[in-house]
Parts: sequence; structure tokens; C-alpha cells
Amino acid sequence: MVSPILELSKINKSFGHVQANKDISLKINKGTIHGIIGENGAGKSTLMSIVFGLYQADSGTISINGNIIKLKSPRDSILSGIGMVHQHFMLVENFTVLENIILGFEGELVFGKKLKEAKEKLLKICKKYNLKIELDSIISNLSIGFRQRVEILKALYRDAQIFILDEPTGVLTPQEVDDLFKILRSLQEEEKTIVLITHKLNEIMELTNEVTVMRQGKVAGLKRTNSTNKEELAEMMVGRSVLLNVNKSKSAKGKSIFKVSNLKVRDELNVLRVKGVDFEIHEGEILGLAGVTGNGQTELLEALSGIRKVESGEVKLFNEKISDNNNFLNPKELKEKGLAHVPEDRQRMGLVTNFKATENLIFGYHHKHPFSKSSIMMEDKILSYSKKAMKEFDVRPISPNLLTSNFSGGNQQKLILSRELDKNPKVLLVGQPTRGVDIGAIEFIHQRLIDMRDKGAAILLVSVELEEILSLSDRIVVMFDGNIVGEKINENITERDLGLLMAGIKNE
Amino acid sequence: MSNVFDKTKVPWWVSNLIVPLINILLALFISGLFILIAGENPIKAVKLIIYGSFGYIEGFGYTLYYTTNFIFTGLAFAVAFHCKLFNIGGEGQAYLGGLGVFLAAIYFSFLPAPIVWILAILFAAVFGGLWAFIPAYLQAYRGSHVVITTIMFNFIASALMVYLLVDVIRDTNQMGPKTVAISKDLWFPMFREVAQFFGFKIRYSTLNISFFLAIVACFFVWFLIWKTKWGYEMRAVGHNTKAAVYAGISPHKNIIIAMLISGSLAGLLGVNEVLGVHHKVIVNFPAGYGFTGIAVALMGRNHPIGIFLGAMLFGILYQGGSEVTFEIPNISRYMFVAVQGLIILFAGALENLLRPQIESFFVKRLNASEIK
Amino acid sequence: MEFLSDISSLFSATLRISTPLIFAAMAGLFAERSGVIDFSLEGKMLAAAFVAACSAYFFGSPWMGLLLAIVCCVLLSLLHGFASVTHKGDQVVSCVAINILMIGLTTALAAAWFGEDGLTPILNEEQRFFEIDLPFADFLRPVPIIGTIYSDIISGQYIFVYIAFALVPLVYWVIFKTSFGLRLRAVGENPGAVDTAGIDVNLLRYKALMINGVLIAFAGTYLSTALNANFIREMSAGRGYLALAALIFGKWHPKTALFACLLFGFTDALQIRLQGVELPIIGTIPVQFIQVIPYVLTVVILAGFVGRAYAPSAIGQPYIKER
Repeated sequence: MVSPILELSKINKSFGHVQANKDISLKINKGTIHGIIGENGAGKSTLMSIVFGLYQADSGTISINGNIIKLKSPRDSILSGIGMVHQHFMLVENFTVLENIILGFEGELVFGKKLKEAKEKLLKICKKYNLKIELDSIISNLSIGFRQRVEILKALYRDAQIFILDEPTGVLTPQEVDDLFKILRSLQEEEKTIVLITHKLNEIMELTNEVTVMRQGKVAGLKRTNSTNKEELAEMMVGRSVLLNVNKSKSAKGKSIFKVSNLKVRDELNVLRVKGVDFEIHEGEILGLAGVTGNGQTELLEALSGIRKVESGEVKLFNEKISDNNNFLNPKELKEKGLAHVPEDRQRMGLVTNFKATENLIFGYHHKHPFSKSSIMMEDKILSYSKKAMKEFDVRPISPNLLTSNFSGGNQQKLILSRELDKNPKVLLVGQPTRGVDIGAIEFIHQRLIDMRDKGAAILLVSVELEEILSLSDRIVVMFDGNIVGEKINENITERDLGLLMAGIKNE
Repeated sequence: MSNVFDKTKVPWWVSNLIVPLINILLALFISGLFILIAGENPIKAVKLIIYGSFGYIEGFGYTLYYTTNFIFTGLAFAVAFHCKLFNIGGEGQAYLGGLGVFLAAIYFSFLPAPIVWILAILFAAVFGGLWAFIPAYLQAYRGSHVVITTIMFNFIASALMVYLLVDVIRDTNQMGPKTVAISKDLWFPMFREVAQFFGFKIRYSTLNISFFLAIVACFFVWFLIWKTKWGYEMRAVGHNTKAAVYAGISPHKNIIIAMLISGSLAGLLGVNEVLGVHHKVIVNFPAGYGFTGIAVALMGRNHPIGIFLGAMLFGILYQGGSEVTFEIPNISRYMFVAVQGLIILFAGALENLLRPQIESFFVKRLNASEIK
Repeated sequence: MEFLSDISSLFSATLRISTPLIFAAMAGLFAERSGVIDFSLEGKMLAAAFVAACSAYFFGSPWMGLLLAIVCCVLLSLLHGFASVTHKGDQVVSCVAINILMIGLTTALAAAWFGEDGLTPILNEEQRFFEIDLPFADFLRPVPIIGTIYSDIISGQYIFVYIAFALVPLVYWVIFKTSFGLRLRAVGENPGAVDTAGIDVNLLRYKALMINGVLIAFAGTYLSTALNANFIREMSAGRGYLALAALIFGKWHPKTALFACLLFGFTDALQIRLQGVELPIIGTIPVQFIQVIPYVLTVVILAGFVGRAYAPSAIGQPYIKER
């Protein structure tokens, strides 16, 4: 039996009174690819952040190669051979690749000889693992896939033996995911150990040798990958049989009421992100927009919801133009016309976390009857409305005057949904509705979206979760690199079909 | 034993009364040390402060006169702060407000006094608001940091007013840059006159009915910020501009509105000084009140009740302070400027210095008494 | 000939007047590049001026003045760091507090110790800095143009002027050619990148703030022991804010910031010479209008009419590890 290269024993970590890690013990064997799977909030990232020295555990020990070691900072972890590729890249945008990699490990006070040596070492590493990166490129000019390679290079440069990757595939196309897996396998051939944190079952099945399942801060199970399957792992993740499909009748599709024609949109750095997109949505239909984050969906949603100007093309609602290159209706006006928007980023866009729940429940509708009259806020009406809304959407706790920051992610999302669905919009734009939301709330939210659709609303569902797209949509379009690359009716489609489209590979 | 406690269980009075109070005591304690370094006795200073500000009616009158000014500038800073804007330009805005009062009183002197008063208040607000307009516009549309632009406008206001007082609107019959006096029948009633009306005879102090205007302003701000759509939108923009845009709230519009109201409130200081006290425009009548307003607002957690209390505290420090500088010549009035700085430091920048310890102390005691 | 001597005196004055701005701008550069807002240059400059003047008087040497001013400003910068970096307080508020505190304290202590409101004793010859004549200045003066430049403009300045101009390339070298500079720039753009490389973010910011303290001390000391012979209340007169504007104008880069400081110095030197002078058509410009030029110029710069500047991305935000 190979001895564990990394062993965690009874690790506990709390933030305030939220216990993120409870009594975690696990062993990772050398030269394996070890998966750690769990839902959002299961404690995976916290655990690995402790291993990387970003946090200190409240109690418990960490051993490397059998020796108990104190990891008080990332420096200690790095010097012990641990490298981490974070979910949100830790790169300085306006530095070169080389500068990012040597940061903290320059080897000299004034740049000179060691800089040259670093370059040579890196060129060797790039060649060995076929990483194909220009060391003098500036990070802001690199694609996401290449930026991730820079992160991997960082770990290799620092002579890591253990590579921890935190949700590495969230921002990659299927092709980039394949490339990443190739790199990881070649690392494994060099006797490196890899820890893959993910919530995607198929990655676990495809890549790992062993998998630890985490649930609600504890270890729910440890399995050899080739002696288990997706259903078993999913059940361990959730603790009960998972309903992977929602109750959905066939859609009673009506006429087309929302039309997007040849739309082009630039982001704030003036880069063209949406490159000429056409689609329409009918009454009583859910149109799913699938695609990896970063292919223009965010800018598209912002343009459709009146937050961002379009470069060219037009958007029509009920055959009335609501946006073109000269003019666009702002969110207030769009609400008047019956369009509502549930944004992708609830904390940074959908809510004001310093406001009370009541204030967020009327956010964007605050100037209208009955919430305000002649510019004065009608507090009793707002309060009674809030109580009703929170009850209806099962928001817990039902404390309308509680600060929104004190609600969990799922409950915050329910606040937003309650607010936007309450006005029975004719068109609903929804972005990543169940990101960071626990399973019980996911089922609830999905059901409400189906209810809206059954009432005749036209819904655009933008999501990176293919399962969500497949279980909710009537029709599916895929966005890749700013273009719609495929449109399908949702009958007998597999994730693989969509995945290929998401990688820009069109079917014949 | 970990220092963990449930943050949602902290009572509001601990968070908003006890913690600021302790911060202020800390600031005052260090001020005492400064007085020691200056070579004087802090205890004696404290006694003089209390006597000078409360000990006799006229002294108390002066205290409330200062309080009036600090309410205006404190409210001014607070309103802008709710939109996350640092309006350091209270000095300049107050200065221009005074100009407005003067112009109203001179050009409309033929109208009955109460009408002139209303016009004067209006002009003060408009002039003050206008002086905040350019920094507001630049912040909203060009992203220029309002701290620097408002400070620059303080310097520009100073230069402008000196120029006007020396070359343009000067009273040529007098030495020194100042304007003619406003005619007596237009003066704001003094506290002494009001008291006389009710049969009390007291000596002169600068307190006048502007004090009531300040109280009205407190209500106005409270109502605006928490009970109106405008306040809701300002707070939304202040907390999270991106979310505000998503909700259809215009950051540009709200930044400008917040700054205009802020400037107007600072401008009202001119009513007190020009209509109530000096009855003319003199050089540098804002005399640092604008900066004190910052301390007052931060101490008062940007809420009108806190601002009122903070303004009182500073009124006491100023009036008591002038008693101190009178009796102890070695302590200059600038020492109280230093005290201001300390209060801004402890109630503003270091406000969380002792907060965790204080809050956990109270939460544990309250839990213990609940268990019993 | 008179025209030439006017021009040369104008340029000479420009160098003299820009010097405190250069030190202050470089001080601000270190702080802001590391991600910490520094609006308190004004207060620290004032504190340095006061401490330097007092110490020079008590110890009889202007170098003691400089030394103690450095100690004082480093402490103030650390205080700002303590409030903003360690306690994650609002950085702007911390700066405003320091500025107001220093205005009050310096004047009050001057009054308490020396009697007059806000004035310290005039320093005598031993206690202050003097202009330095560079070698061969007299000899080279008659040489056309080069002689005037060397002898009347460059020579005859206080030592601080020479230090300031030598400082700028040094700052450039530190920021762009050393590993410390790399880390400094990184922490101002993405502190997470620095943290995950195993470097202490807060310590790095504190180091930047200490350098900031040293440099701003030079600015203040120069005011009260070289340019003038004592401390006068509120003598910094907005220079701290002008230096900040110069830094923004210079896009947080030493070379362009230097240019901006020289521009401001030039305007100020010009303004003194234009007072009371009759210009064609316009006539005499009121004193105040000219005095106001640097402040108006600052607003114009900040309004972005001379190009937008992008601040270091992480500026003003305390570093909190992602949860």
C-alpha cells in the first residue's frame, strides 16, 4: 500500500458560528488523482484553503509524507510542495506571464541573473508538458484557458508535488477541459499527486482514481472511482435519492414576443463580446441559453435588461423596439413593459446586502404604488407585502427587517425571485438562478420557473449547469465565443451534444 | 475559549451608542495627553470647559449657537455620505451660502422681514448647493474623486470671497474687507429678544432663531433619507452602485442630488452667521465649522439624532474651549482642532478598534442574564 | 538681457517650488501603488515642517530636524496603516483625521511652547539649510545659455532640490527593476496574487507606508528649514493635495509625475511674478485669481480633460481573504 503523501486528521474550522469543516479526516495517496466532490457549501474549498495555508484550522493536524506539519501561511505550504490553482485566478492583469510566475520567488533583489535562469527553467517546463505559452504575453490578453495554464506553471515553477485544483473547469470549454485533463494525466505520470475539487460528477468518473465525498462540512464517504458510479456518489453528496428531473408538462407555446436581431455588444473594456446574435422567445416557452461563462452571456443579459448599450442590431419586445445602437430603454422602463431580470450575480447586482429584506423586496419597484406615494415610502404596505412574499417563497427566517447579508445564498436568491416573479412579467430573463443554492431550494426555484412558463411567460434561462438547462428548457440555444452556434428542441438531447456545441464544434 | 459570538444578537444600542461613546472617550483621553504635553493641566481644562459651556446662561447660549453651525455642516456631510460621497467642501459651500444670504437681504430689503428671511434661507441653500455642483458633476460623469475637488473648491471659494470682499462688495467706509451691515429690521431675532418676550432678562449671546432652523433641518434630513424614495435611492447607490443600475436607479442623478442637498445644508450655515450674528459678510466666517461637521457626522453615525448630540458635544468643546483659551493662554484654540482630528480618527477610521471586544462583552452578559 | 535673467529666475524658482511637490508625489506613489489611498500627505507635510523646525532649534542642527521629522512621519504613516490596513477602516476618513489633527496639533503646540500662535522661532545660520553653489558656477556663468542654465538655474539651490531630482530615477529603478517593486505593484493590483505567492500583504503595505513617511518628511522639512526659516501655521497650503493631483496626472509613474510637479511649480512661480503686473488688454489680474490657478488646474486635471488615468486596481480596498 502506498503511503499517503497528504493526510488530514480531525480538521475543524468555523467562521463565526458557521462550521465549515467538521472533524475531517482523509488520506491522499501519492501519484493519484484524488477527487473531492460535494455541493456548494459542502466545505471543499475551505478545506483546501487550509491545506494551502490561507486559513488555519481550529483543530486537527496535517501531515505530509507522514510528518505532521504546521502550515501557517501559503509560504509554508508552497515550501512543502503544495501548489494550488484557485477558482478565481490569482493573476496580476497588467503583468506578463513571467512576472506573475516569479512573483514572490524572484530569487534576487535586483533583476538580473536569476531572472534569466527562471526563464530557462520555465521554457523547459513548458516544453515538457506541452504548455505552449509566451512568457512575455500580458495576462489581460490571454484567454481563460491560457490563464489557467499560467496558474499551473506557477505551481510547477515552485516545484510542487501536490497540485490542488479548485473547480478548474467552470470557465473552460469542453475542448479546453480535455486539454487540461491531458496535462493533469501527464503530471500524474511524473509521479505528482493531484487533488481535484469539483461538483461535476462526470469529471470525477472520467479522471480520478479515488474520490472523497463531502456533505455539509463532513466527509460523507471515500471510494475508489472504478468501484462506484454517478448515482451512488450523487446520493452521498445529497443524502437522499436525487430527483434529477423536474415535473414538466409539454409547453403550450404561443406567439413570438421577444426578438433579438443581429445583436452586437461590447464590454466595458470595449471588447466585442456578443458578435451578432439572433433568437426569439415565445409566450409559454423556456429558452435555455447554454454556454461556458465568458462567452458573452453576461454582456448579452446586460444588453437585454437595459443595463448595457448595444453596438448594433436590435431587440424587440411585443414588436416594439426596446434597444438599438442609438437608444435603449432602461430597467425602469422595461419593467413597465413587463420585462423582469434575475441577474447572474445576486450579491453584486441583484441585491443591496446592507439593506433590510423589505428594502430588497421592493428594489427596482420602490417608486411605484403601493410602495411609494408622491415619493414617500409607505412602510406598512411594504411590510405586509414583504411578509406575504417571504411566506410564499419559503424564505427563512421570515424576518422582514433582518439585514439581507444575514440570509443564506438560497434564501437571498428566493428574495430576488419573489420580487421579480411577483409582478407576473411577460418576459423573464434569468441568469444562473441556482448558483450556490442548496438542493431543496433548487427544486423550489425550478418549479416556480415552470409555473411562470405555464402562465404564459417567455423565459430566457441562461445557465452554465447543463442539467438545469436540460431539465427546464423547451428549446435550447448554445452560445460560444459571442455567437449562437446551435438551436435545438429539447427532445433526446444529451449533455454531450450540447458540450460539443459549447466548444464551437457544429454538427453537420 | 474562542472569541466567537453571534453578530446578529448585538443590540442596536450597543452598536450605535456604546461603541461610539467609548471611541469618543478614548479620543478625549488622548486629547488630555496632548494638553499635558503642551504643559498644562487637563483636569483644569475640563472644568473650564464645563463651566464655560453650561455654567452661565450666556455661555450656554453661545454653546447652542455653535451647535447650530455644527448641525448644518454635520447634516451636510452625512447626506452626502449616505451616497458614499465625502463632501469635504462644507467650508466653501457655507461661505457661498453666506454670500447668498447677504445678497438676498440687500437686494430685497424693501420686502417685509419674514419674506426676506425666507428668501435669504432659499438663497443660502441655492448658493451652497451650486458650489457643490461642479464637484458633484465631475464625480458623477468623470469619476473625479470628490474629496480632492471639494477641497480645491474650498481654496477657490476662499480666494473668490476675499476678492469680492476686497474689491467688489466692500463697505468702503470701513477698514478691512467686509460688507455693509444688513438693515436692523431684517436681522434674525436673537435668543435674548425671544427670552425678553417671555419675560426673561438675559445678557447677549449669539444664539438666534437659526437654532430652530437647524432642528427643522434635522427632521428634514431624517425624513429624506429614510422615508422618501430619494433617500432610498441615494442609499442604494451608496451601498452598491452596480445593483442600483440594475434596479433602474440612476447613480449620476443621485450623486448630484445628494451633493446638491449636502451643499445646501452647508450653505444654511450662512443664515446663522450672516443673518443671525454678524449681520454682514466678514472674511472667513466659516472658520473651520465645515471640517468640524465631518467629525460631528462620523461621531453621530450619519443619523440626525447622533448629529444633534455630536453637534452639542462640539458646541460644548468650542464654547468651553474659548473659556479655556481665555483663562489658559497657553492653550490655543487650535488644540480643539486637534481634538476634532482625534474624534474623526477614533469615531471614524478606528471605529472598529474595540468594537469586537465591546460587542462580545455585551452579548455574553446578556446571554448570561437570559440563562438565569 | 533682462528678459533672459527673468526667464532664468523663473526656471530657478520653478525648481525650488516644485521640490516639496516632488517628494510628496513620490511618497504618495509608494502608498498608492501598494493599494493604500493617501490623502494625508498634507497633514504629514505639516507635521514634518513643525517637527523639523522645532528640532533644528533645540538641537542646533537642521539634520536633526530632518531625522526627527522622518521619525514623526513614519509614525503617522504607520498610524494610517494601522487604521486602514490592519483595522480595515475607511482610508479616506483616516486621512482626513490625520490632516485635521496635524493642523490643530502643530499650531497648538507651537503656541504652547513658543508663545506666538502657530509660529516657531526663526532659525539662525547653523540651524537651517542654505543654498549650495555648485563647483565652477561663477566661472561658467558668462558662457552663453549653458552657463546661465548651470550657474543661475541649477546651481544655487538647496540640497533638497538636488536630492529630489536624484530621487526620481531611484524611485523608478526601485519600482520597476527590483523584486520589492514587483511585489509592491502586484499588491496594489491584486493582493490575492501576492497572498497566494506566500507574501504577507499587510507587511508589504506597511513597508510602502514607511517609505512614504520618509519621503514626505523631506517635503515638510524643506519647507521650514530651507525654503523658510521657521514653521508657520498651515504652511503646507494645499501642497499635499497638489502633489496628489500631480501623481494622478502622472498616472502613478515617477517620470510623468515629476513632469506634473514641475508644471505646478512653474505655475506657482509664474503667479508670484504676475501679481500687480499690467498685462496687455487684460490689465492687472487680481491677486486671488492668480493664486487660484494651481487649484483650478487640479480640478481640470481631475476632470480628466488631460486624459484618464487608471489607478492601481486594488486601491482603497482593505484586503480580506475570500471566504
